[in-house]
Amino acid sequence: MANKPEKFIDENGLRLDGRAVDEIRPMTIEIGVLSRADGSCYLEWGKNKILAAVYGPRELHPRRMQKPDEAIVRYRYNMAAFSVEDRARPGPSRRSIEISKVSRDAFAPIIMTKYYPSAVIDIFAEVLQADAGTRTAAINAASIALADAGIPMKGLISACAVGKVDGQLVLDLSKDEDNYGNADLPIAMTQDGEISLLQMDGNLTKEEFKKALEMASEGCRQILEIQKEALKRKFASHEEVVESLAEVADEIIEDVQKEIELIDEDFEVSELEDEDVIEITIAKTDTSEPVDKAQEEDFTEFTEDESSNVDGPEGYEADKAGERHEQ
Amino acid sequence: MKQIRQVKGMNSEVMASLKKDYIYNLMLKGKRNDGRSFDEYRNITVQTNVIDKAEGSAKVCIGETQVLVGVKLQIGAPFPDSPGEGVIITNLEMNPLASPEFEAGPPKEGAIEMARVTDRGIRESGAIDLNKLCITEGEEVWIVFIDVHVLNDDGNLQDASCLGAIAALMTSKVPAEREGKGEDMMMPIRDVPVGVTLVDVGGELMIDPGLAEETVADSKLTIVSNQNGSISAMQKTGEGMLTQEQLLKAVDMACAKAEEIREKYLLNI
Repeated sequence: MANKPEKFIDENGLRLDGRAVDEIRPMTIEIGVLSRADGSCYLEWGKNKILAAVYGPRELHPRRMQKPDEAIVRYRYNMAAFSVEDRARPGPSRRSIEISKVSRDAFAPIIMTKYYPSAVIDIFAEVLQADAGTRTAAINAASIALADAGIPMKGLISACAVGKVDGQLVLDLSKDEDNYGNADLPIAMTQDGEISLLQMDGNLTKEEFKKALEMASEGCRQILEIQKEALKRKFASHEEVVESLAEVADEIIEDVQKEIELIDEDFEVSELEDEDVIEITIAKTDTSEPVDKAQEEDFTEFTEDESSNVDGPEGYEADKAGERHEQ
Repeated sequence: MKQIRQVKGMNSEVMASLKKDYIYNLMLKGKRNDGRSFDEYRNITVQTNVIDKAEGSAKVCIGETQVLVGVKLQIGAPFPDSPGEGVIITNLEMNPLASPEFEAGPPKEGAIEMARVTDRGIRESGAIDLNKLCITEGEEVWIVFIDVHVLNDDGNLQDASCLGAIAALMTSKVPAEREGKGEDMMMPIRDVPVGVTLVDVGGELMIDPGLAEETVADSKLTIVSNQNGSISAMQKTGEGMLTQEQLLKAVDMACAKAEEIREKYLLNI
């Protein structure tokens, strides 16, 4: 195990990994990674690697566990044996049982269980690689997996931790900050900023707690944006994508036409420079589900038609119009 | 809390929702079902040294809730990442004699959670000077077993468990002579953490929930605070949500109450 660093925050106010005190680690989310599950999500947050799957609503056995008026929710947080430095003993530990319980409680207020009497909704959060903040990472992943499974929810849940190192509050603890820090305060929030999970250990004064709560809600807001962005990327309909592409294309073509009219007036075609070349490309991120073929063809035809109508001078190139769809 | 619904099924769900209406309506009038005000604790009694065979012990009653905590010490190996420190192990047993809802068998998640919150309060506050529990570094240290036995569950086992644990520790003797490791000493205690639990019923916070309140509460919040007023552990349980304003209010209420309890029941041990 690494030794305790001398200082966690340098003269410039930056942390060991170069983050500011109120900066979260980079988070990437992939949705629908497991074909058998009803909903799934792979999430990386710093060096944490979490896989979450949701099954259900499905029939619950044994029947005596069923609730006649609503679905029950089960949550299993589990660490892979190889996820930590010293091999973790497989199976539930007291720690993982506790985390599973509070995480389940964190989702209880937002899952609309009344729609599915007698059923069960199973959430499995598997920590493949652990690097501080696994319970919050797992909750963030589970939240997305639930949405992917189409479970009716009042909103998403976002979670992050605030800790204290060198007497200073920091957002989203790293491994060393977690190991040697003076406090750890994992929090999960709804979109409205209501707290559905709160744990804390270490040492905080009342004032620090107040500040930490503010930092955590800011962190959760940021995470919520990342989550929403990931969901939009996955579920924005193809019509919407094509429509927005067409809009952008129209604008660009209009601009190009204006430019050409201007040039026509001035007869200064020969003075065009390299930088006047307009390049328009269509970029698509999700290759697994291509934009509807026919629409795509219509669309390119349309732009080609438009551009061919424009008897522009050489140097203008409007071969493909579109929008770069950010990853 | 939830065991009731799971174990008994529909019948008790009807009861629970009736009870919830009753307690909620009382709350609207600013009352509680046992006549207390929202920030009023039940009567507490703390008896220490009730078990001679244990190194330290305490029986805590909060109203009708009864908890017995025993501390035993053994010599064992330290954890590899803290070779110079003693070890704390906390366990909580929901004995079937304490409630019709409890069943025999290995601890369920509720019991594990409660034990771990109790443990965190003691550990994170630095209440025990673990360095002084080292015999030979890397080889032999004292292992402190804190065993919480629930004798009667009338709500708020968590606070009773926290209070019992620190009271028992404060009276514990390290049995060095018995083990041939020099002279006996008192448990090296540096701080006196006290846990205070509140429940949220329809948006109103109530301190020290009784069994009925605990059953109908939307969520429950435990805050363990220290002698200097800082906080060393918190846990929200239950399926509800809390607003940030509620949280800040809860912290104020809990810290104030913890100080009162510490003064009255612990510092004179």
